Amino acid sequence: MTIEQISIIGAVVAVSFGAIGPALAEGRAVAAAMEAIARQPESAPSLSRTLFVGLAMIETMAIYCLVVALLILFANPFVHLH
Amino acid sequence: MNQGIGHSPFDLPVVFQLGSIPITKPVVITWGLMAVLALGSRLLTTRLRVRAGRAQTALELLVTTIEGQLGEVIPDGGRSYLPLLGTMFLFLVVANVSGIVPGVQAPTAHLETPAALAVVVFLSVQVAGFRRHGFLGYVKEFARPSIFLLPLNLLSEITRTFSLMVRLFGNVMSGEFIIAIVLGLAGLIVPLPLMGLELLTGLIQAYIFTTLAAVFIAAAVGTASPAPENGKERTT
Repeated sequence: MTIEQISIIGAVVAVSFGAIGPALAEGRAVAAAMEAIARQPESAPSLSRTLFVGLAMIETMAIYCLVVALLILFANPFVHLH
Repeated sequence: MNQGIGHSPFDLPVVFQLGSIPITKPVVITWGLMAVLALGSRLLTTRLRVRAGRAQTALELLVTTIEGQLGEVIPDGGRSYLPLLGTMFLFLVVANVSGIVPGVQAPTAHLETPAALAVVVFLSVQVAGFRRHGFLGYVKEFARPSIFLLPLNLLSEITRTFSLMVRLFGNVMSGEFIIAIVLGLAGLIVPLPLMGLELLTGLIQAYIFTTLAAVFIAAAVGTASPAPENGKERTT
């Protein structure tokens, strides 16, 4: 395998495995928020605001993996594109 | 948004040369946004009156909301950091949303703009810490709770700045990238919901960046010597 093929596989692995953790975490966060809203519907606005920010924070982990994958694809130090 | 699929998000299109310094497209867009913000603020604040008009009321609402949010994070004197963090928030909102204008690419979708902002946050955290605790007092803060945690504390100072940078860059850049890919696959209407999502993401990321900067400043300012409780009149 050439270094290009290996880096494409590396990028795929980075995104796919890196998405697992944030997916589980977002599921738990949303489930907890749902439960809290079901118990106290009057606190829904502040809860959903915190939820959005929390989700964005969790999502950042997946975004890090995406950045690593894009680095592998577009700014690979071992591949000379130009 | 005019980013092709095979086009690297790390490329920087050079617009023109200023002497020997290449001026890239994000820099030009940043200048444009700065000019818009500065002119807008200038126009809105030249004729301030006690009986506020419509625009002034909106402006006051915005500023007091930002101040309230900062005051929740920095317990004493969110006011003293309002100029820095409020400006940062407004710039980030405009910058993240500007990608929606055709022909304009959000400057935060390139690594350099978030990096510069993160360096600003890093330096202002240190300056705030030094000003509150003095040099030795602030250096001692890093050796708490024990001297063995000194390297970890120093490392976390660097890594949290780095993650601040990558978080903003990654979120905005990935949004634009996904829109470009979907636009390449399917035609006219399909990317619209994604663009709406991208607008929301831009706003949330601006909020998160500002809040985290405020949290870092509060952490550097807070803890050791409890501030005197004498209301708003304070010289920090």
